Amino acid sequence: MTATIQSPRSGKIQPKYRRTGGSKGNFEMLAWLFMRLSGVVLVVLIFGHLTVNLLVGEGIHAIDFGFVAGKWADPFWQFWDLAMLWLAMLHGTNGVRTIINDYAEKDATRLWLKIVLYAATTVIIILGTLVIFTFDPCPVANGVQLPGGFCPAP
Amino acid sequence: MSAELAEPASKIELPAGVGGGGEIPSFDVTLRVRRYNPEVSEDATWDDFKVTMYGTDRVLDALHKIKWEMDGSVSFRRSCAHGVCGSDAMRINGRNRLACKTLLKDLDTSKPITVEPIKGLPVEKDLIVDMEPFFQSFREVMPFLINRGHEPTKERLQSAEDRERFDDTTKCILCAACTSSCPVFWTDGQYFGPAAIVNAHRFIFDSRDDAGDMRLEILNDKEGVWRCRTTFNCTEACPRGIQVTQAIAEVKQAILSRKI
Repeated sequence: MTATIQSPRSGKIQPKYRRTGGSKGNFEMLAWLFMRLSGVVLVVLIFGHLTVNLLVGEGIHAIDFGFVAGKWADPFWQFWDLAMLWLAMLHGTNGVRTIINDYAEKDATRLWLKIVLYAATTVIIILGTLVIFTFDPCPVANGVQLPGGFCPAP
Repeated sequence: MSAELAEPASKIELPAGVGGGGEIPSFDVTLRVRRYNPEVSEDATWDDFKVTMYGTDRVLDALHKIKWEMDGSVSFRRSCAHGVCGSDAMRINGRNRLACKTLLKDLDTSKPITVEPIKGLPVEKDLIVDMEPFFQSFREVMPFLINRGHEPTKERLQSAEDRERFDDTTKCILCAACTSSCPVFWTDGQYFGPAAIVNAHRFIFDSRDDAGDMRLEILNDKEGVWRCRTTFNCTEACPRGIQVTQAIAEVKQAILSRKI
């Protein structure tokens, strides 16, 4: 029986382990930094949001359509909620992106999960932004006021 | 040759029953070893070996006993057998350790002790893994002194404070216990891994070295330091007690402060 001894393997790496994408740029660094900074800002925004909505005044019992309408009449709360929406969505999306990167084993799975993620994020951010800025507590359609009960008759 | 010399008498008077020759307690222990031989089967299996060991024995001694007296086909790496060479990192009871530094009496001997190859690297046979991907990452961070100044006539001097800055990361023995305990590395093996970053840290923070920026640029890769999720598996796995996660954090800080 003949045996063949393979030549020394030093320096030969299985393809799976070879780093291919020569990624230039600081995207991962900026993403890492964004996670920390947005996290700190979100703590302030979210606890401020919870305090104003649930604790101050009548607290949780005051929340209804009129309460939200009242808040969004004020540019301060519009900006507050907008910042919360954008930061929370981007923070969460980036978190899920890293989870997908860490746990998806196939490139195709990774690609599709990310497409779904980014699509969902885009839709929610655009929709949320539109709602905050175009919100009208007394909507009128075809000259007729839609039912709501808060608004004075025109 | 002359007749055998008698052992010289002890120079210390010891009362009977104190010190020295006391009997070391022995116990039976079962080692459950992960077996894999690609020439026989594609599937790995568990083999149980029951051995009588002593309180002073390590997992490596049990593996020796199995290989030398029970089943010569059990394969594992070991060189110095004293925690210096870093050859015998393996997964013992689910945690990465050096077999030569793990005393059997410190493990739960009432249950079988599982011994597996370290995770995330391709297994060659039984407990032996292909370390090439690990060493490739190590090579990529250029783990050697790069100094563009004039060659000194004697040694390159460094203050004790400057030496202290990277003292912790000089202790690495390249056993791969940290990298193969990292869940990010397990996923796809693309991450540079804690060991490469620790060895980059050793030179980045060396006052005599001039290539820190190059190493930081290498580790700013998308598979570099930013993939660290600070799970501390590496710090816990390190048989040399290196604060690996902290070293990675320091490299992150260094990249940030250089860029911003």
